[in-house]
Amino acid sequence: MPEHTFILNGEPVTVDIEDDVRLLWVLRDVLGVTGPKYGCGLGVCKACTSHINGKAFNPCSVPVGDLAPTDEVTTIEGLPATVGKDLHPMQEAWLEYDVAQCGYCQPGQIMAAVAKVRQVREEGRDITEADLDEIRNVCRCGTYHRIREAIVAGAKSQEAVTGTKTSCGRDPGR
Amino acid sequence: MGAHENPQPQDAVAAPSGPGRRRFLGYVVAASTLTVAAELGEAVLAPTPAAALVPSVPGPAEIYDLNDMLTHAALPTANLITIRLDPDGTAHFALPRAEVGQGITTSSAMLVAEELDLPLDQVRVTLADARPELLFNQLTGGSNTTISTFTPIRVAAAVARGRLLHAAALELGEALGTLTAKAGVITSAVTGRSLSYGELAEKAASVTTGQVSVVLKDTSEFKVVGTAQRRIDALAAVTGRKQYAMDLKVPGALPAMVCRPPTINGTVRSVDNLDEVRAMPGITDVVRISTGVAVRGRTFGQCIDAVRALQVTWGPGTAEGESDDTIREELRRAELPLPALDLLTKSVDARFTFHFAGNSALEPNCAVADVREDSAEIWASLKSPITAQEQIALSLGLPTTAVKVHVTEGGGSFGRKLFHDGAAEAAEISRATGKPVRLMWHRTDDFRHGRAHPMSTSRVRASYALGQVLTYAQHHTSVATDFGHGVGEIITAEAAQLPVGDLTFSETIFTLTQQTPYNFGVVTQLLSETDKGFHTGSMRNIYSPNVRCAQELVVDELARRMGKDAYQFRRTFLKDDRARAVLDKVAEGGAWGRDMPAGTAQGIALHPEYHGYVAVLAEIDCRPETTGRKVPDAYTGPRVTKVVCAVDVGLAVNPRGLQAQMMGGIMDGIAIALSSGLHLDNGHFLEGSWDNYFYTRQWNTPPELQIVVMPPTTGKPGGAGELAVAGAMAAVACAYGRATGTMPTTFPINHDGPLGFEPLPTVPPIPASPTDGLSRAH
Repeated sequence: MPEHTFILNGEPVTVDIEDDVRLLWVLRDVLGVTGPKYGCGLGVCKACTSHINGKAFNPCSVPVGDLAPTDEVTTIEGLPATVGKDLHPMQEAWLEYDVAQCGYCQPGQIMAAVAKVRQVREEGRDITEADLDEIRNVCRCGTYHRIREAIVAGAKSQEAVTGTKTSCGRDPGR
Repeated sequence: MGAHENPQPQDAVAAPSGPGRRRFLGYVVAASTLTVAAELGEAVLAPTPAAALVPSVPGPAEIYDLNDMLTHAALPTANLITIRLDPDGTAHFALPRAEVGQGITTSSAMLVAEELDLPLDQVRVTLADARPELLFNQLTGGSNTTISTFTPIRVAAAVARGRLLHAAALELGEALGTLTAKAGVITSAVTGRSLSYGELAEKAASVTTGQVSVVLKDTSEFKVVGTAQRRIDALAAVTGRKQYAMDLKVPGALPAMVCRPPTINGTVRSVDNLDEVRAMPGITDVVRISTGVAVRGRTFGQCIDAVRALQVTWGPGTAEGESDDTIREELRRAELPLPALDLLTKSVDARFTFHFAGNSALEPNCAVADVREDSAEIWASLKSPITAQEQIALSLGLPTTAVKVHVTEGGGSFGRKLFHDGAAEAAEISRATGKPVRLMWHRTDDFRHGRAHPMSTSRVRASYALGQVLTYAQHHTSVATDFGHGVGEIITAEAAQLPVGDLTFSETIFTLTQQTPYNFGVVTQLLSETDKGFHTGSMRNIYSPNVRCAQELVVDELARRMGKDAYQFRRTFLKDDRARAVLDKVAEGGAWGRDMPAGTAQGIALHPEYHGYVAVLAEIDCRPETTGRKVPDAYTGPRVTKVVCAVDVGLAVNPRGLQAQMMGGIMDGIAIALSSGLHLDNGHFLEGSWDNYFYTRQWNTPPELQIVVMPPTTGKPGGAGELAVAGAMAAVACAYGRATGTMPTTFPINHDGPLGFEPLPTVPPIPASPTDGLSRAH
């Protein structure tokens, strides 16, 4: 069986599995990392949103064979470590605004929010209503409004923690 | 406060006023550490009398509603809920309800903290396993949890507090009257000496079980209840540590999925390549089951591949050849005639169509099952776990006691988890393979084969003269709603005592949930049902969003024809002052009547249910530049730009949680009014992904949202989980009607427009996952 090595939440991991198995199942079923959730397996609902080399992506849509040993995958479990804290500022904002209801989509929402904020910072601007409208993550409990509030608040503290300039293509703080 | 005016449970000691009215009996339970209990079930609120205008006789749901029935059904079942205090000072309570996002573990913890005088963060609330001895009383539904547990949880906590005070008095050798309990510590006012609850937990324990009389705090003494608290499970949720059924690590429970038929309830005739699929990478088992062909494997990814590879010959289903049009015709044929009017009476006549809607949560149907020769163990989010336990035991041929059912945290429900479709299927697969399984439905299956809210029509005829509404008749006709999750049992037990006569189960539910908050003279609201060929269920309310949306649209039309302002018209005809107060609040807060550009408008609506009232003011933008805005693979359409909501549930245990429930309900109301429906086509639903089924997304979310929680009115909590959906749906529909100049009559309003997506194939039943994820990283 093919062997695949990549960096998961800061540590190198190696798994034996067929090339075409999507990363979501490698994380959840093989490695037992269950923060990224299944909501569709179609790259649509974004519940599994995690980061690859600092960018948001959906592990449900990536064959594990596509990963290189140097690729850094960050799931919600590894997010706090990217800023060297117990909680990432975006998670703090989520707590402050009491965003979660059932909570199932929230790891993906937070990972999407962190990447979105990083993206607009790199473009040298503040987050806008239009940016928030573009977020595709489904929340069937309908927490959308608090998500918007938390992202705006979290963006401010994320900036304070990570600085306005973030290194492109790598999780900051590494 | 209203609490003093309400009847008390049978076990309460009667007294004319004062603390006696708050006196209840609880229990101290024999255990090694302090364990206390209370009976679950309590009496209900007395109805508020109606008056004014052409008064309507109160409808059955105003006097005695579904919630009252759920509460009463629990009364004779002498069942106990227990709180245990551990030596580390934490209180533990296993809630016999399902937490699916409503925040009931938090509000329950608040009730314990309040009456026990313990900090909230020292209260641990878990979800109880199925407890058959609770009979009816382990059903999470009808927005009933807080109503039915408000007193019992506090009684148990008060018993614990009393025992701790007694233990401290003995331990310190001081008089009880000199001791005060605060924040988990008992302190002597005389000596200043103190003992923590943790230090007293074992000393306060009892070797025998016995009854104890307690006095609950008056609502004026509340320090926790009524304050805005954050959810106790929020940290677990935002760190990814919160565990749902599919996150559990049950030994040997490998992923399992089912290959399902191309049409609803189709059956397996034959499988051509069983051995070939069994040999696929990672696959351990392939077995025929009653709903299709199940595969079990190392990863869900490999299960998806196996399901797609299966070559199955299918037999017809139960909705073969049926489409939206054929069901609409079937409903029309089943409609009861409306009462005739004489030719001179003016009336508003309308017929509304509500299409099938999906109640999929984001967590699909799923369950872990480990079925052995003589026992079984199930893990799933279940709102009716006793029914699940009994029915799974029956199908496995095991005694109920041999089936252990664990209720896990749920990733949403919206009616779906009243049923145990995933648990039953997981048990069947585990039995067939002889191995533990972790069953999950594919998203596409969850939409196409999961429960749907049934299609329905509502015909309304309202007559008016001389500024009065004389009659209001509404005949609702629906594809049958499945109530096989246990409410039926309650009705069986209670129906004879209900003021609804000789009705069927669904008619009873309809009568107990539907009410008209206005004085509209002679009011009749009837339900008739047809077609049982579908998997149906309630969807964050049973009938209310559709029935009340139709009614509020007719109210707008009555106001228009009678030359009245839509807000003032409602205000005039409302029966109840609490309703009028929430309506006034949104009219004021939302600047009702303000000038708005053509193509945009406000809508206002009111909804009463389960001893609560909600009013919603919505603003909508239907201008072409807005409806035509482009988002890839998305339905945009009219944008609700602002919502102001006011809610009065009598007493909000956790106002912050109540606001969250209103927010979610508003997003649901927007979706079912504007965008989220299922298209039935030739025996199956076309929708198969979240980019097909247009539940509210960020680009549909109102940028402005204001939710006002009214001060306590009755001193007792009403239902909250479902309240906002009907109010929001109605307000959005009314706003749409005013913005476009035409009353909408088909819901969702985009249903008859061009299909906004390319339907996924039905064979194979589920799509392959994409492979281009890296190129789409952003």
